[in-house]
Amino acid sequence: MGDFLTIERKLAIQAWIFLAVPIVFFGVIRFYPAFESFAIAFTEWNLLSPPRYAGLSNFSRLLNDPVFWIAFKNTFIYLAVGAPVSLVIAFVVAYYLDQVRFAHGLIRACYFIPHLTSTVAMAWVWRWFYQPPPVGLFNNLLNAVGFDTQPFLRSTFQALPAALAPAIWAGLGFQIVLFMAGLRAIPSSYYEAARIDGAGRWMVLREITLPLLRPTIVFLVVISSIGFLRIFDTVYNMTDNGAGGPLNSTKPLVLYIYETAFRSYQMGYAAAQTIVLFLILLVISLVQLRLMRTRTS
Amino acid sequence: MPGPATPLFDAERPWRVALAERPGLVVAWTLLAIGAIVMMTPLAYMIGTSFKAPHEVYEINLIPHEPTFENYIFIFEKTRFGLWFVNSVVTSALVTISVLFFDALIGYTLAKFEFRGREFVFIAILSTLMIPTEMLIVPWYVMAKNFGWLNSYWGIMFPGLMTGFGVFLMRQFFMGVPDDYIHAARIDGLSEFKIWWKVALPLVTPALSALGIFTFLGNWTAFLWPLIVTNDRALYTLPVGLASFSGENLTDWELVMAGATIATLPTLVVFIVFQRYIIRGVVLAGLKG
Repeated sequence: MGDFLTIERKLAIQAWIFLAVPIVFFGVIRFYPAFESFAIAFTEWNLLSPPRYAGLSNFSRLLNDPVFWIAFKNTFIYLAVGAPVSLVIAFVVAYYLDQVRFAHGLIRACYFIPHLTSTVAMAWVWRWFYQPPPVGLFNNLLNAVGFDTQPFLRSTFQALPAALAPAIWAGLGFQIVLFMAGLRAIPSSYYEAARIDGAGRWMVLREITLPLLRPTIVFLVVISSIGFLRIFDTVYNMTDNGAGGPLNSTKPLVLYIYETAFRSYQMGYAAAQTIVLFLILLVISLVQLRLMRTRTS
Repeated sequence: MPGPATPLFDAERPWRVALAERPGLVVAWTLLAIGAIVMMTPLAYMIGTSFKAPHEVYEINLIPHEPTFENYIFIFEKTRFGLWFVNSVVTSALVTISVLFFDALIGYTLAKFEFRGREFVFIAILSTLMIPTEMLIVPWYVMAKNFGWLNSYWGIMFPGLMTGFGVFLMRQFFMGVPDDYIHAARIDGLSEFKIWWKVALPLVTPALSALGIFTFLGNWTAFLWPLIVTNDRALYTLPVGLASFSGENLTDWELVMAGATIATLPTLVVFIVFQRYIIRGVVLAGLKG
């Protein structure tokens, strides 16, 4: 018996030896900075002089900062348009692609590849497409079929959807692959039963496919929402000097955080903004947990 | 010998038969194929234009009439793309090795050792998934500045050396490894490290390859942190270098496209070589995550 205990203890010690470096890493590189962020948010700090306690002033400043609210609104539009549009397209493609046998792998690869490629590189390709004639592909095509030249990235109205398009395009492949996996996981006995009962296509889709896909749908809604809330690379690379213009019309929250911290060196104010972002993401994750749990109960 | 023609639609499952009976599905296939071409258009134009001479850039033809390597020669001789490429390869590869080593070791320890505090460590590591990178960049920057890590490979790499997601994934897979194998190895007198390295690791290679591919691609395309931690052009990674180069050569689209192609090509190669692992890995990560 005593022998048995020593082996157990030996293994426990071994476990902590394996975990020693990782614990230091997660403590120093993940947890400590996360708490530090909260602390910095209550200071005024330009990195040159030591941080000065500033109470809630960064947060009250947020409430009265028009640029912050513009960035907040833009981020919300990226999310509210980007997530539903991409999910609907992805579902329709997956629903039909799932039934395709001819060239299935090739077609799937075409939809999926943009998801893996460098977002920065792709942002520049799209930026080129949006240029005025004779440079940009889109305007050349529009002109060729008799439409007027569009300003795209130069217009305060069109720039945001123009910057959103490549983000949707790049995310589709991931959503399609997961939707198809979800569709394949539905046992065919359900469909057989529905067929025997004489259910129509729409009925099968509404009563069987969509309800059984619910875990996939919840997961994808959350993942893509988080993705659009954190949009940065595309907008930074598609707007002049990475400023989220014209006139802040495309600026998302993360870009404003970047500017506040690394262009104007207001670390305290930037940290306060990151906390707002963190809280939004936290709410979304909690909603996801809630939705997943109601399904199992 | 020509095999049987591949049917347009899969007829194995009943609902698929029902769908295949509808002639509208030929239309659906055609639309899917057009969609696939549209999806590939940006990549096709990027690559095509990178081989065009300046006077051809504004023409709509995809394949250049007089293909040229001039843009690539210019980029490798007159700019630092070659160096940025090396920076990206080295930092992405080292981070990937670190993630594979540590995440697999942590995952194994949490799956196969019994000790007090195990659940706590697991939940603590898992909870780091809730902390967005954006919240950490200010403290990381301050840390890098204080320790002199700005403009260094270490500065680019340190935030990503271990990941909560990888730990979670590896733990799931190690839980599927039978305890008997480990006990047997222990009786044979192998050290605990050797048991992990020689007995357990080979049993989870599918998970390792998926984690490795995604870690590499994620670091290869990473932009925000390398942009912050480097301002010395010699230390830029490819995405940061491409962004800066393109911003300065806004009208030379053929050069921008050559640079974009260089940044994209390795991801395409990885996809073509590891296609099966990648698609399976996405599903795996999605379902487990």
